Amino acid sequence: MDYFLELFLGGLTRGSIYALIALGYTMVYGIIELINFAHGEIYMIGAFTALIVISVLTMMGMNTLAILVIAGVIAVIYSSAYGYTVEKIAYKPLRNAPRLSALISAIGMSLFLQNYVLLAQTSDFLPFPNLIPDFEFMEPYAHIIGSTDIVIVITTAIVMIILTFLIKFTRIGKAMRATSQDKTMAMLTGVDVDRVISVTFIVGSATAAIGGVLIASHVGMINFYVGFIAGIKAFVAAVLGGIGSIPGAVLGSFVLGWTESFATGYISSDYEDVFAFLILVFILIFRPAGILGRSERHRV
Amino acid sequence: MEPILKVQNLSMDFGGLRALNDLDLDVISGEIVALIGPNGAGKTTFFNCITGIYPPTEGDILITPPGKKTKRINGIKPNKVTERGLARTFQNIRLFPNMTVLENVMIGHHCRMRAGILGAILKDRSTIKEEERVVENSYQILEKIGLSDFVNEFAKNLPYGAQRRLEIARAMATDPFLLLLDEPAAGMNPHETEDLDKLIKQIRDKEGISILLIEHDMKLVMSLSDRIFVVDYGKKIAQGTPAEIKNNKAVIKAYLGEDIDA
Amino acid sequence: MFLTFPIMVIRVNPIEKIIEWRWNNLILVGAGSFLISMVWRYMIERKDYGTRKAEAGEKSDQPPLIQRVMKDKRIYTPFLIIVALFACIFPFVFSMYQTNILITALIYVMLGLGLNIVVGLAGLLDLGYVAFYAVGAYTYALLNYHFGLTFWMVLPIGAGMGTLFGILLGFPVLRLRGDYLAIVTLGFGEIIRLILENWNEFSFGPSGIAQISRPSFLGMDMSVHGAIIYMYYIMIALCLFTIFFVNRLQDSRIGRAWIALREDETACQAMGIDKAKTKLTAFALGATWAGMGGVLFAAKTTFVNPASFTIWESIIILCIVVLGGMGSIVGVIVGALILILLPEYLRAFSEYRMLAFGILLVITMVFRPGGIVSDVRRIYQFKGTAETKS
Ligand SMILES: Nc1ncnc2c1ncn2[C@@H]1O[C@H](COP(=O)(O)OP(=O)(O)OP(=O)(O)O)[C@@H](O)[C@H]1O
Ligand SMILES: [Mg+2]
Repeated sequence: MDYFLELFLGGLTRGSIYALIALGYTMVYGIIELINFAHGEIYMIGAFTALIVISVLTMMGMNTLAILVIAGVIAVIYSSAYGYTVEKIAYKPLRNAPRLSALISAIGMSLFLQNYVLLAQTSDFLPFPNLIPDFEFMEPYAHIIGSTDIVIVITTAIVMIILTFLIKFTRIGKAMRATSQDKTMAMLTGVDVDRVISVTFIVGSATAAIGGVLIASHVGMINFYVGFIAGIKAFVAAVLGGIGSIPGAVLGSFVLGWTESFATGYISSDYEDVFAFLILVFILIFRPAGILGRSERHRV
Repeated sequence: MEPILKVQNLSMDFGGLRALNDLDLDVISGEIVALIGPNGAGKTTFFNCITGIYPPTEGDILITPPGKKTKRINGIKPNKVTERGLARTFQNIRLFPNMTVLENVMIGHHCRMRAGILGAILKDRSTIKEEERVVENSYQILEKIGLSDFVNEFAKNLPYGAQRRLEIARAMATDPFLLLLDEPAAGMNPHETEDLDKLIKQIRDKEGISILLIEHDMKLVMSLSDRIFVVDYGKKIAQGTPAEIKNNKAVIKAYLGEDIDA
Repeated sequence: MFLTFPIMVIRVNPIEKIIEWRWNNLILVGAGSFLISMVWRYMIERKDYGTRKAEAGEKSDQPPLIQRVMKDKRIYTPFLIIVALFACIFPFVFSMYQTNILITALIYVMLGLGLNIVVGLAGLLDLGYVAFYAVGAYTYALLNYHFGLTFWMVLPIGAGMGTLFGILLGFPVLRLRGDYLAIVTLGFGEIIRLILENWNEFSFGPSGIAQISRPSFLGMDMSVHGAIIYMYYIMIALCLFTIFFVNRLQDSRIGRAWIALREDETACQAMGIDKAKTKLTAFALGATWAGMGGVLFAAKTTFVNPASFTIWESIIILCIVVLGGMGSIVGVIVGALILILLPEYLRAFSEYRMLAFGILLVITMVFRPGGIVSDVRRIYQFKGTAETKS
């Protein structure tokens, strides 16, 4: 039973991280109907930025909690700036081009960012210090769940709440919803679509960066490739939940997190990545709209 | 006379929205029939249901191709519908922009051709013959439509009016017995519209293809149609000859709005 | 653009447990990004200008140079003859090393032409192309290892296995929307690789299979040298075959249907084209070529392991197609030769290869979606027929 619980909680943590990344996919897809292949890289860059900041600050001998907060904030800012730039360079000029072009451009961007980090940094795995302190009250449960996991789950929950608030109640949130419904109509009613798209990329990148920092502390190491795999899995989660739907992305992430956790725990860890893809194939074949997605007909 | 297209009790729901509500319509061989109604009335949706792009929620769509038995075609795939002899054009032009005009029309012949991969590779006699026949035929269609000067031009480079005509040419290439035209005159100038009027009549008279068209240009509708169906909010509100429709209260009300009548 | 400046600059401070500040990079990156942003803006402006001109109804005055050359038989024929002659004598003039590289490039030409059917003609973004390549390579490796089957026996089998896998995968996924297809095929590619890596009893795991026999000529034993030359001619022949094949296909009923499908799926269906069937043929044919390419790869290197079949391989092939010009045979050939040969000869920059590929993909899509040799396919030979009639 303990093992089950451990896997369950492990799945929860995984799911939370996927959720943070999946949000970016879903938001971008909801608005410009593009799979942002470079999203995983944004997340990876977030983790790298944090790592750099942490190392610098540690050398300067700062308090760990302060370091964590500062690193987190800087990572978020950097990732957002990257997200913003990626959109401006690789997607904006292709807004009216065929879908295929934008998709290829996205792949190119992903490839570029990966290799950019590879060359500017290193191809090795870098150790990522775990700065999240062990909480004392967690002591008795330490064998099933670490305090890092708790922090991850709670942070994710907070981010979700903020995001929901942002989308439901703010002006820009309304504009986002309008744009995702119908871009032309939104434009006609005075929504600055370019700005909405930029904001979407920024917000998506920011949540990805948070995810990046958290998972890096969880796993304890990063390299230039982590974004790609995590990105694809988060995408699977987004599709699973119903792409374009924010609660869907969260739900899909948890489902994926648990599936992976149990499958690797009870079946075999060799094929960890295979499970995600198998889920994807099945969901797309049997329920392409995802768990919470509405099946939408293409307008003719 | 047996109608070649008979639609009964057709309904179509989009989520909560009932875009078509219990609609009846029929086209008799050799007729030009118009489907009119205010914006958003469900006209295009009607076409989409008939041509298999959306499966209708309720109702029957029956076709009787000349010399063949009546068939129910609800929910069959669009390409099968075309194979059975219904061809359509689109309200928002949907040509193949990076193919030449001729190629666009040749695509229309696709379902009447047989050549497979092997034929394409080996280029046996029957394949070559078939290709030649199709090129010839496509060219003839373009001549009839008045686009023969543009054969090797990319579809995307044609002027707007010509693109609309090319859509018609492409649909004709599928060898239909009924042609469904969705706002063929939209965006055309009066001169072009006049040509279109002649062209549509010609297609009916010379090619023997019956026509069902959606159109907002009342002058064109009145001049062309044998019968007119009027829909509003997915419901049929009137049907009859142009003269009857002109004086129909319900139609005037739908077009001019409730207030004026009240 | 200016917003990203600080990021770029500070980003290059790497750490390797100790912190290494590389201030000189800062200046470099700063100056570089300034220049690039200027050029970028200029290019975007030019492009916008171009589209505005096009919208105003003015046609571009002249067809692109390459197209004009292609049209002109006087330049075209001698050029072809020279290329053919050069190709014939190549292995005798240049070293084995060079020949080997060219063989590799030719394999990529073939793969590119195969993927071109899927991506360029039918417009299906297949990111798992390498899976079929792997299937072909392992088919040869395993059949050769267990049963000693020879190259010529396995070549059709490998191609057939490619087709089979293409159909098996294509059947369920081709109903999906285009962008999902990209992800699913990518996933499929990874699944195949992971299986090859982990299923030791079947595929010998990460260590792979070595000592696969080279193709033999009428059962004769050949020196390595001879075998390479033989391999080279096989490649030339197969490439010619592929070109012939694709060329015939794309001007046929099927080829036109593929292109129409790429241009507009809904209209395509409304014209009576069976979407599922047409997509499946393109996908399966592409896979067939990948399978064949795989057999050739195994025969050339005499060694296969899963590391040769990563997602990057798929992306390189995609680059070839995209850069060369989607849908254009000549484009793909040029693309393959440039992308495979150039990095070979610029070894010093090999680290930057993938980086450059990434940039190339973005730039090509933004500024020249047709690739280097665009539009070539579209010179339609029906012109003659049409003109004589008018
Ligand atoms: N795919 C779809 N999903 C949801 N609603 C749809 C879809 N297609 C059409 N509708 C809705 O159905 C109604 C009828 O639309 P339709 O396009 O058939 O009108 P129309 O009569 O062709 O109008 P117009 O004259 O402007 O072309 C509209 O309210 C429209 O919003
Ligand atoms: Mg309409």
